[in-house]
Amino acid sequence: MRRVGLGVLGALLLAAPFWVWNPYYVHILIMAGIFTILALSLNLLLGYTGQLSLGHAAFFGIGAYTSALLALRLDWPAWAGFVAAVLVAGLAGYGVGKVSLKLRGAYFVLVTISFAGVIYLVSVNWMELTNGPLGLPGVPPFEVAVAGLFELSFRSKPAFYYLVLGVAALAYLVCRRLVSSRIGRAFIALRENEALAESVGIDGTRYLVLAAVVSAAMAGAAGSLYAHYTRFVSPEVFLFTYTVTMVIMVVAGGKGTLAGPVVGAVLFTVLPEALREVTSWQWQMLLYGVLLILTVFFLPKGVVPALETWLRERRAIRP
Amino acid sequence: MEEFLQHILNGLILGGTYALLGIGLTLIFGIMNVVNFAHGEFYTLGAYTTFLFLALLETNFFLALLGAVASGILLGAICERLLLRPLLGESIDTTMLVMIGVWIAMQNAELTLWGGVAKSIDHPFPQPPLTLGPLSVAPLRLFVLGAAVLLIAGSHLLIHRTRLGRAMRATFQDRETAALMGVDIHRIHTVTFAFGSGLAAGAGALLGPVFVVYPAMGDPAALKAFVVVILGGLGNFAGATLGGLILGIAEELGAGYISSGYRDAVGFAIIILVLLLRPSGLFARAERVG
Repeated sequence: MRRVGLGVLGALLLAAPFWVWNPYYVHILIMAGIFTILALSLNLLLGYTGQLSLGHAAFFGIGAYTSALLALRLDWPAWAGFVAAVLVAGLAGYGVGKVSLKLRGAYFVLVTISFAGVIYLVSVNWMELTNGPLGLPGVPPFEVAVAGLFELSFRSKPAFYYLVLGVAALAYLVCRRLVSSRIGRAFIALRENEALAESVGIDGTRYLVLAAVVSAAMAGAAGSLYAHYTRFVSPEVFLFTYTVTMVIMVVAGGKGTLAGPVVGAVLFTVLPEALREVTSWQWQMLLYGVLLILTVFFLPKGVVPALETWLRERRAIRP
Repeated sequence: MEEFLQHILNGLILGGTYALLGIGLTLIFGIMNVVNFAHGEFYTLGAYTTFLFLALLETNFFLALLGAVASGILLGAICERLLLRPLLGESIDTTMLVMIGVWIAMQNAELTLWGGVAKSIDHPFPQPPLTLGPLSVAPLRLFVLGAAVLLIAGSHLLIHRTRLGRAMRATFQDRETAALMGVDIHRIHTVTFAFGSGLAAGAGALLGPVFVVYPAMGDPAALKAFVVVILGGLGNFAGATLGGLILGIAEELGAGYISSGYRDAVGFAIIILVLLLRPSGLFARAERVG
């Protein structure tokens, strides 16, 4: 039953450009895909190791700027920029993780906020490199070409959708593989009881830094995709709104589950777009805040775990 | 040298209001164990309430300041009763998420209510600066410093000289024991949150006329409050006061001698450095081992 459901869902997603005609809806699907990658990435830290990073937009922005700068200044092809964005963001994650994961709880949160703040200020003030608040227009579209052999362009929306779908699926698989491995069990052990985990030989800081690196690299991948999709990068990519959106997606979807962030990302990309007709942007953000509070009060584990419990109970009632 | 002294004076004026912000935040953290990410929004609330009183109700300037503090106290008390009391005993992460929700909701409520255009607040002080030897200072800024000092001194007296303050300190030291001694913990929590929010609103009301008022003004303010609290050590009243002054001066010097674009980076740098090198704050006594 579950397999059939997943198969149908997979087929629907693969065929989406064929049954979704409106390019605006394809755009929403692409953004949902990018946010899925981001939510999966944050979930690795927040959901599995229990560390709340409120600077996650920094890694997204680092990925976006790396891709954009390499393409614009050094004429790197997009795929190479993508790989570089993943590596640079991962490296930044290593640096930040290495220094900040000595701290826990509120202290860790504050260091991550500060890191994102500093990066934002640099992106605004370092005019020579980043063009400051004006941003970097004209980022080339995502194209893979081997001279004379073949050319693959992701310039059109449906083509880019497949690219995002592919990267999101890859991110999901990386998370699933990681979480079900020894490493993932170490993450969960550290989340549940750090002292106990360390007493059985788990090197806390080492595993947490690993989680930070993978998480940052994934956010960097999302940033690179975003840069090549919107073809414009400005300091706005570091905005706290992005981080908040990611946190809400993970918390509302269900932190510490694999499906949670995906459901949360799709829900909170589609919902604002659906509400756009009726309300303005600030009302949406207001609603986000209220929803976050309501979720903590009424669905503290998130939508996915709540649904699972509900399904299990229903099945138990039936003979 | 004169320029340096001028920076110090400007820093002290800013620092006084930073201290107000920090004291509120540090009390809320120390006594309630809540990381109040909505703290900056009470600062914004104070500024907008002042604007409301002056521009729309056309009251006296000083009455508007009182109204701002009162609005902070009132909304703080409501917020605590409605959102934090039911979560008493939950993990610090849970309340942190709720306060992040309050922060987003309040900021966007202000944006919806007042619009995104920055507003300026009129004040009755004369514009031309006073000259004190080599230094010059706007009368309004001098008033801000004086009011901040008064509020800090008042808070100090409340916490160290009254029965209520003693109950607050007892709750800070040990919540369970304080409850056993007959301290009404619920009441202390409400009072603490209302008091901290009132101070933040006061800071907003004081700095509102100095700068301009806009919906996102609470974000840098909240950040400064966190810097102050981290500098002074979480829950440390005197530390927060000193931390506020240090931050104000450091920012002025940073903006004056390095680059004004990186003014806010001073705060971030302080957070990162202090947390990494001396996480218990600059003024904590050496911690006992074991």
